[in-house]
Amino acid sequence: MTTIVEARGLTKRYRGVTAVDSVDFQIARDSITGLLGRTGAGKTTLMHLLTGQEFATSGTIAVAGGNPVENAGVLQHTCFIKESQRYPDDFKPKHVFAAAPGFFPHWDADFARDLAAEFRLPVDRRIKKLSRGQLSSVGIIVGLASRAPITIFDEPYLGLDAIARQAFYDRLLADYAEHPRTVILSTHLIDEVGALLEHALVIDNGRIIIDSPVDALRAHAATIAGPAEAVERAIAALEVLHRERLGGFVSATVAGITEQVLAEARAAGLEVGPVSLQQLIIRQTGGTPTEHEEVSR
Amino acid sequence: MDDGRPIFRQLAEQIENQIIDGSLPEGSQVPSINEFASFHRINPATALKGITLLVESGVLFKRRGIGMFVADGARERLLAERRARFATEYVHPLLLEARGLELTTDQLIDIIRKESAS
Repeated sequence: MTTIVEARGLTKRYRGVTAVDSVDFQIARDSITGLLGRTGAGKTTLMHLLTGQEFATSGTIAVAGGNPVENAGVLQHTCFIKESQRYPDDFKPKHVFAAAPGFFPHWDADFARDLAAEFRLPVDRRIKKLSRGQLSSVGIIVGLASRAPITIFDEPYLGLDAIARQAFYDRLLADYAEHPRTVILSTHLIDEVGALLEHALVIDNGRIIIDSPVDALRAHAATIAGPAEAVERAIAALEVLHRERLGGFVSATVAGITEQVLAEARAAGLEVGPVSLQQLIIRQTGGTPTEHEEVSR
Repeated sequence: MDDGRPIFRQLAEQIENQIIDGSLPEGSQVPSINEFASFHRINPATALKGITLLVESGVLFKRRGIGMFVADGARERLLAERRARFATEYVHPLLLEARGLELTTDQLIDIIRKESAS
């Protein structure tokens, strides 16, 4: 694996609030990495540090070997699609697409045109007249058609319905297969993107709490349910992430499983079920709802 | 495609199923990594892992620059493997449920005969 992003002891503090707290991680070149975590966990700050929009309080971050802050060499390889991208007042989507080749040397205008048709984006309408979903489409089109070696999407789908989101995931995968590049996808729709991701970075309270290939995460956890006594015997040696009890019935989410543990649990007549990536992350990040969900804002 | 196990294992098993049921005959070419990835909407690296698993076990073989093919004898080998696992994967759960329902082994055999005749 070649590394394209490397953070060491990376910290960002704002007036007494530590948004990113001494994190170390690497991102492999030409992989799709999910940056996952709850609202306010530090995802956006981390992306700002990655793209040189914020100075680190301490620690280092290297992108393609260089410091991203005011570094044209790094930044011209990067495309960052923010959830709340601003455009000049009278701009229309077609102006955005016409200006894009100046920022992104690998810009593919035909691809952008195809995407605009697929997302039914009115390219001739002024951007301030666009709906929230149409505005998100503009960002998605720029993100995909820029073919930037490092493409970062921060919750890029606000206002998009399930069909348009699926179109985004499909186009992303197909284009990534043909033009491999490093994609960082920040999202809390974890189960929607689970299969797209090669690697997951989960941030909670400014710290990286999971840094793992997605396949390994899935293989590593399961739910085991059945009569309390039998369940407790089966999970005695495992890390219990969560336990629910209903009378004499227990359902436990456990980590650190092996094929043998599962086989024994099944042989004991217990129910063995999968844990979705989303459930796994909820179990590991506390599991109480945040006050302000971004989607409902 | 999602039963909670690693996706590359599920992909490998699905290709094995197609070899067993004859929809991927021995000697035939299997789809490319990118075709699998876009069909199943999974990361190409995941698809590659699934295919690699089958190449390592000798079920598929690679022809450089052309693609991936089903090996000779793959179907027989897969059948033998699956038959060896049949008791633990299918018969044990069946017996467990039958015991819970207080069915005797003879009653169970009667049910199996009746069902396979119909």
